[in-house]
Amino acid sequence: MSAPFTLPARAGVGFKPQHWPDIFAGPLPGFFEVHAENYMGDGGPAHRRLERLHADSALSIHGVGLSIGGSAPLDTAHLARLVRLCERHAPESFSEHLAWSTHEGVFLNDLLPLPYTRATLDNVCRHIDQTQETLRRRMLLENPATYVTFANSEMSETEFLAAVVARTGCGLLLDVNNVFVSAQNHGFDPGEYLGDFPMHAVGELHLAGHATTPDADGGALLIDAHDRPVDDRVWALYRDVIARIGARPTLIEWDNDVPDWATLRAEAERADAILTRERADA
Amino acid sequence: MPDTAAFAKALRDPHALAPSDLRARDGADVAARFAVYRNNVVVGLVEATRQNFPVTEAIVGEDFFAAMARVYIAAAPPASPVISTYGDDFATFLQGFEHVADMPYLADVARLESARRRAYHAADAQPCDPAVFAALPPHCLGGLRVALHPSCRLVRSAHPVVTIWRMNAGEMELGSIESWTGEDALVHRLDDEVRVALLPPGGAAFLQALLAGDNLQDAAAQAFSDASDFDLSASLASLFQAQAITGFTLQDEDHAHD
Repeated sequence: MSAPFTLPARAGVGFKPQHWPDIFAGPLPGFFEVHAENYMGDGGPAHRRLERLHADSALSIHGVGLSIGGSAPLDTAHLARLVRLCERHAPESFSEHLAWSTHEGVFLNDLLPLPYTRATLDNVCRHIDQTQETLRRRMLLENPATYVTFANSEMSETEFLAAVVARTGCGLLLDVNNVFVSAQNHGFDPGEYLGDFPMHAVGELHLAGHATTPDADGGALLIDAHDRPVDDRVWALYRDVIARIGARPTLIEWDNDVPDWATLRAEAERADAILTRERADA
Repeated sequence: MPDTAAFAKALRDPHALAPSDLRARDGADVAARFAVYRNNVVVGLVEATRQNFPVTEAIVGEDFFAAMARVYIAAAPPASPVISTYGDDFATFLQGFEHVADMPYLADVARLESARRRAYHAADAQPCDPAVFAALPPHCLGGLRVALHPSCRLVRSAHPVVTIWRMNAGEMELGSIESWTGEDALVHRLDDEVRVALLPPGGAAFLQALLAGDNLQDAAAQAFSDASDFDLSASLASLFQAQAITGFTLQDEDHAHD
């Protein structure tokens, strides 16, 4: 359970089948990340591509459907599918979200927010304990991008995450774009949030692009869209984090309006340059 | 924990107010913020349906499909997070959807697309060497049961579903269909690609019997009663060519060959 994080402290990219086989024309990124739920079939070419990628690169399996933040018990059939997937591909990392997506047996296909209370903390910790015990591995939990908060929250998101880490021993996946999006949407300082973030537990970072729409008062409402390059202000926050905690595995997430391989690779190289500089300075 | 229950209920009801325990910063509108989630859920599920039924979408057009998918996802939202297989009951939904009643073949196209998706994700298996089969003494053949590749799916239709699918999938030029007759298809995976093979007369009855575990003699009898011009050796040859036969068992001996 206490196995260290084993993704390399380099830039990785989310694998999209449309980039096959361009991927092999040059050096491979440090790791590939895939959504667990896209690889839950019994066989076929999807698994073979994953095996091929994993032969030369590290692999991160990122779940989007476990509903860890949900009030209902975890779906044990889905947990069993995750066990099977992790046994089949032995990924260097497994991560999920501080969010819920299933209610009364209906999968809503979105990462939905939860209040931060003692009761939800108990519930999330129970779900993470169950996941880590079932998968027999330490998982990473990702901070969400949110558009609303809850009146009954009793603690901040960073306090909640720190408590989860202390109680379950899980690691964290710090999504810097999510921090930026939430900070803008709720009017807090992203630098302060990052100052409070339990950085010792960070096993991976995410970088992605966000969309901007007008808010009710004409301000900017940011949407976690993963549909464009990483914003320069998010890059700046990322550089600060890396300077503070050292090089860590960093994923470029680009899930909608996916660009060609060269564009995605270039975005990953930008993260790699920051990581390389940090290693040289260290 | 009532929080997520109220949230989920309001998400799925487009007329419901945002839950009262939600907050947004000063100047922002909680209802508009909540609408982002409501929109994400609908757009995400419509997109999932679209990805799983591209040819159905090509036939009815993007806007009509999106409107239809909204009705479908409200009626039959996914029960599993494995969204890549969402929509197994979409064909049944289409059958009862009055706005496509003038396209009675549409449900079968969706059924074909479901079969293709399932075939893509099905388990792997090694094909059987036809030489092993050819070397069997002829008197054994009737009692033989064949194992078909896990990707094999049979789709039967009273409409020319294969031609319609091919035309709208870009595999065949669009044109008018001269003879409107029913078509049956074997959907299977070969060399990592999902194939749609048009079955000859009797082919579907034969395949259906084989999939049900009948031996060759019984399967052939059903094929002949379905179509008197059924060609057994041609049908077997196409199954081998499609690498759809992965093994066989002789009836009288409990002895499996791979």
